[in-house]
Amino acid sequence: MNPARPSRAGRATSPVWTSHVPGGRRLLDVSKPPFDEVVTGHGPAVLRVCRAVVGPVDADDAWSETFLAALRAYPDLPADANVEAWLVTIAHRKAIDVHRGRARRPTPTALPPDGVHHDPEPAGWAGELWPALAELPFKQRVTVAYHYLAGLPYGEIADLVGGTAAAARRASSDGITALRKSLEGTTLDIGATP
Amino acid sequence: MTELFAILDATDADARRLHDRLARAAASEGLLDVAYRTVDSPYGPILLARTDAGLVRLAYAVQDHDAVLSELAARISPRVLRTSAGLDDAARELEEYFTGRRRTFEVPLDLRLARGFRAAVLAELRRVPYGSTTSYTALATAAHRPKAIRPTATACASNPLPVVVPCHRVIHKDGNPRGYAGGSGVKLALLTLEGAV
Repeated sequence: MNPARPSRAGRATSPVWTSHVPGGRRLLDVSKPPFDEVVTGHGPAVLRVCRAVVGPVDADDAWSETFLAALRAYPDLPADANVEAWLVTIAHRKAIDVHRGRARRPTPTALPPDGVHHDPEPAGWAGELWPALAELPFKQRVTVAYHYLAGLPYGEIADLVGGTAAAARRASSDGITALRKSLEGTTLDIGATP
Repeated sequence: MTELFAILDATDADARRLHDRLARAAASEGLLDVAYRTVDSPYGPILLARTDAGLVRLAYAVQDHDAVLSELAARISPRVLRTSAGLDDAARELEEYFTGRRRTFEVPLDLRLARGFRAAVLAELRRVPYGSTTSYTALATAAHRPKAIRPTATACASNPLPVVVPCHRVIHKDGNPRGYAGGSGVKLALLTLEGAV
């Protein structure tokens, strides 16, 4: 028997899905990983983005709606798609919904007005960072989040928010400058210049 | 800048809370094609997976749960989520079986992972009573293909629902308990539990 040939018994339950071979060359994907891997793998990054973009009142809802929409569309997602960029695209649509809804509501506040804490420990980010983020224009806030929290390149961010990659880079840079200035003197003060 | 944003990180409690909420929403929207959880057993963690039709897969840890989940994603649907919802009955019946308080399983089964002759063999296997054993020859005969000993053994070896569909009750002519999904030690332990050996 050829020793290089895998035994038939060993092949019976081996995973069909293979993402990469050691050389970095992509194999033909015949199926996608279980959606649970998408949630555990990308859930934390998408939650950071949702928190930074829509704030403590709406972050959990935005995250849940993003993953529910993703679950619905998942069987049709191409197997070689960039999953995190795809999730951010969906989250961005939810963020626009929240943003438009908020334009018709009173000014965003750091905590829910009814005292219902959607987030059990809002003190850290919701108490200090979110008020500073909330002051940024929407486009600056989302470009900062998509670049620094989701790691999207400016070209892909431009595809999402409109305009050019250079404009997205400028919006992000302006956002960071404004954020540093806004956080001066707080516990999150990291200096006004890079 | 990343150090500033570190305070946005989710805690484990956040992740669990949101995951549970997603699983509930997915189930109510009809998007939870395969739900799974693991349960403790005397033989290590056991993976239980179900569809809307019933329990579809049970796997011992030695079968590699990640590989099993990938296989379910490929063969049934990639809409696979961890949740305890809908698997409590199966978990309870299994626990009762392992502690000697249950002889037959009542949870609905989804046998879609076995087709053709393999499905016929599993159907016969389900008729083998608690505490008794059979042979591959007898099972092949019961499935109306008395000469198909090897395909019968293959059907048992690829049983998607060990324990519940009792492939451990099939023993080789020489009495050796080899060739079991959970390992020969587990096979012998189950037969001992049932008083079959």
